[in-house]
Amino acid sequence: MNLARNTIVVVLLALLGMAFYTLFAGYVPDESLNISALYYAENTAAETGAQNVVAAIIVTYRGLDTLGEVTVLFLTAAIVGLVLAESRAPKKAAGHGILPPGELLTTGARLLVPMILLFGAYVFINGHLTPGGGFQGGAILASGAILMLLADPGKRFSHGLISRIESISGLAYVVIGVIGAIWAGGFLDNAILPLGTFGSLASAGAIPLIYALIGLKVGAEFSSMLQSFEETEDAA
Amino acid sequence: MSMTSIALATGFALILMGLYGALTHRDVIRMIIGFTIADAGVNIVLVAIGVITGREAPILDTIAPAEAAQRIIDPVPQALVLTAIVIGLGVTALMLAYAYRLFRFRRSLDISEYRDLKW
Repeated sequence: MNLARNTIVVVLLALLGMAFYTLFAGYVPDESLNISALYYAENTAAETGAQNVVAAIIVTYRGLDTLGEVTVLFLTAAIVGLVLAESRAPKKAAGHGILPPGELLTTGARLLVPMILLFGAYVFINGHLTPGGGFQGGAILASGAILMLLADPGKRFSHGLISRIESISGLAYVVIGVIGAIWAGGFLDNAILPLGTFGSLASAGAIPLIYALIGLKVGAEFSSMLQSFEETEDAA
Repeated sequence: MSMTSIALATGFALILMGLYGALTHRDVIRMIIGFTIADAGVNIVLVAIGVITGREAPILDTIAPAEAAQRIIDPVPQALVLTAIVIGLGVTALMLAYAYRLFRFRRSLDISEYRDLKW
């Protein structure tokens, strides 16, 4: 039974591998940019003022998709919270029975967490200039949160604070988008603020602002997901 | 072998390995790990497709905007993969949460013990 099932799996994967091999063998890399990429390469600097073309695509050209993506993340965090809510440990019982984290981790976390949060903020504020942006910066913020949870397993962040950060930044994101639709070229157009000098921190219109909001929202969502996992009862 | 074909081959191999792991293991956690490996493979393939040999990353700090069209690689797959990574993380978190619920429900992570939807 098990052998038969594994044979079927191997045969199916071999077929898929043959399909992949055809794709791989017949793949001819592009010599020049295709039409849409060419448009982005030629017009990003003039239209959005952002150095990082990927950030300009994500925040401005395909801003609506990013709003949808943030909504998907929000839904995920909400569903994880809902699914795990029934098995949430009673207050004070979380982290019970786990070995104490030790002096090294506690002191190290106290030193590192502020620096990690600062680095996360740096990454999302500079998203329009350097590789980075709201999602990456938000993930770094959440890594600070997980270090805090490791250093003190019984700790509870304030759910109210996290959900307030999340809803305020989400609301502000949509409001900026609507302002763009009224005053500038369309929903989430970044030209509601002056484009500034190309390559400076205060450039690219609303992109740094939107990326900071995305970073805060993503950081809050990841943190609430991690906290939902951490607060579950230990299945002993 | 160019960098692009190495990355493509690695990505395709990771997809196959991940699917094999997800389909053959009975343990839910191992199936989830298989899915995340396949996910990483898809992302590598997507990024590799945007690469044009001899060009640089689509960040215009050392490249003048006027010559960007000749010097940067395709930025669209990179934006797409950024989205895919975030959604992949969301999917993984959901799978882990459901795995935890399954474990609480029947004290087992073996998928063959959950026969309720089997006909």
